[in-house]
Amino acid sequence: MARAGAAVDVDRLSFFYAHNGNRVEALREVSFSLASGSISAVIGPSGCGKSTLLYILAGLLPPSGGKVLINGERPLPGRRATSLILQDYGLLPWKTVWDNVVLGLVVRRLPPGEIRATGERVLQEMGLGELRKRYPAELSGGQRQRVAIARALATKPDLLLMDEPFSSLDALTREALQDTLQKILQAGGLTVLLVTHNIEEAAYLGRRVIVFTPHPGCVYKIFENPRACSPGYRKTAEFFRLCTELRGALELGRGAGEPG
Amino acid sequence: MAQSKGRNKILSRLIFKLAPILVLFLSWQLLAVLLNSAALPTPGRAFLTFFQEIPAGLWKHFLVSSWRVLASIFISLLGGVALGLWLGAEERFDRFFAPLIYLTYPVPKIVFLPVVMVFLGLGDLSKIFLITLVVFFQDLVTTRDAARNVSQAMILSVVSLGAGKLDIYRHVIWPAIIPDVFTALRIGSGTAIAVLFFAESFASSEGLGYYLMDAWSRNAYQEMFAGIMAMGLLGYLLYVGLDMLDKKICPWKGL
Repeated sequence: MARAGAAVDVDRLSFFYAHNGNRVEALREVSFSLASGSISAVIGPSGCGKSTLLYILAGLLPPSGGKVLINGERPLPGRRATSLILQDYGLLPWKTVWDNVVLGLVVRRLPPGEIRATGERVLQEMGLGELRKRYPAELSGGQRQRVAIARALATKPDLLLMDEPFSSLDALTREALQDTLQKILQAGGLTVLLVTHNIEEAAYLGRRVIVFTPHPGCVYKIFENPRACSPGYRKTAEFFRLCTELRGALELGRGAGEPG
Repeated sequence: MAQSKGRNKILSRLIFKLAPILVLFLSWQLLAVLLNSAALPTPGRAFLTFFQEIPAGLWKHFLVSSWRVLASIFISLLGGVALGLWLGAEERFDRFFAPLIYLTYPVPKIVFLPVVMVFLGLGDLSKIFLITLVVFFQDLVTTRDAARNVSQAMILSVVSLGAGKLDIYRHVIWPAIIPDVFTALRIGSGTAIAVLFFAESFASSEGLGYYLMDAWSRNAYQEMFAGIMAMGLLGYLLYVGLDMLDKKICPWKGL
């Protein structure tokens, strides 16, 4: 039976951290939900707590208030079915493409045969077969991102969290990888949440686009975007309209987020 | 055509490598001729003595010193790197030990040579202990600082894959600090040879330090320079060995 993607519920989530002896509020009363198998985007200005939100969803940071449920359970550090791709890809420079891709399987102590089979499958799917012996420093930005996605998918997650995944790539590579991500989603079994400050990226990929206010980050508005990821969507009037609305929401949200 | 191009490349690389050594020996030759003193023999004479002294006993002193330096480097590497790795990755323990390290690190450990000799005798043990003590702190501080600077984002990305604490040490922290460990080893090798000379020049009957001091006391300057050349050779072999290991263990460096 095919596995379903994770259902995510975030309810009045808050997060505080200490900085130079002060208590800083990073997230305030953030609430949204992600349907199983969907792709959603969180968009907001830099420093609005987008990455913090991903770390909490990945179980790497405990929330200060509110709750997060993934398939009805609180996320724990290293939740086996959650994969996180960081902004700079998080690849280890001393490991080859192959060793980076299978790292999640190695640390989970899977049998060598299974590691080999899964690694080969994911490498072929992501078109990385010929790069297996290369080090990250020998790859282009797009190739590195492919390796990061391959590493994330190798552990067969039901929730994929991506932090500014395509921010450092040129426009064409970015669009090619967005299409790759869309194909992965079509295969099913995966819920994706990506955070970005790129309006076009959020509008193209996010079935649900959640706009954050800056300092502290809270949900300003949620846009439903049923045509997300559909072929040719980037060139439609609807896409440009959504981009304009998102830009407007970001500007209004910026005003709403600033302390009175 | 291609063959001769390749040969030219090898030749130019060889010239590039040998040129600094040639400059050193030419300067030495010039200085020796200008000063015209028995205290500074020409490189030719020093080399001749060096090759005459090797079979006459210099080889034995060379081996004894090599053993002492290598043993010290190995022990200080094990202790310094293990402790540095732990302190760099565990902040609360580092806070506890840091004052102790800062208090003891700057103290010149060679002043303890008489005390060390009283407790560990005049043989290998006291010399190895003293060199280890000096190099240990260099390895410790370098490793600890390197482990402290490992990217937290990188650690988090591996934790998110399901890695435990030992996995983090094995797959992230340890490989991240290896280049710094090699730097510490290179610096430590030079320090180890300097301390070796000091440790072997007191109450010793073997080792390059003893050989040098003995030649010095007899005003046998050519032998003294042969000893200096043996020390230089020891340092050179250590550096070449470390470079080879570095390239083998860290192939990703410099990509």
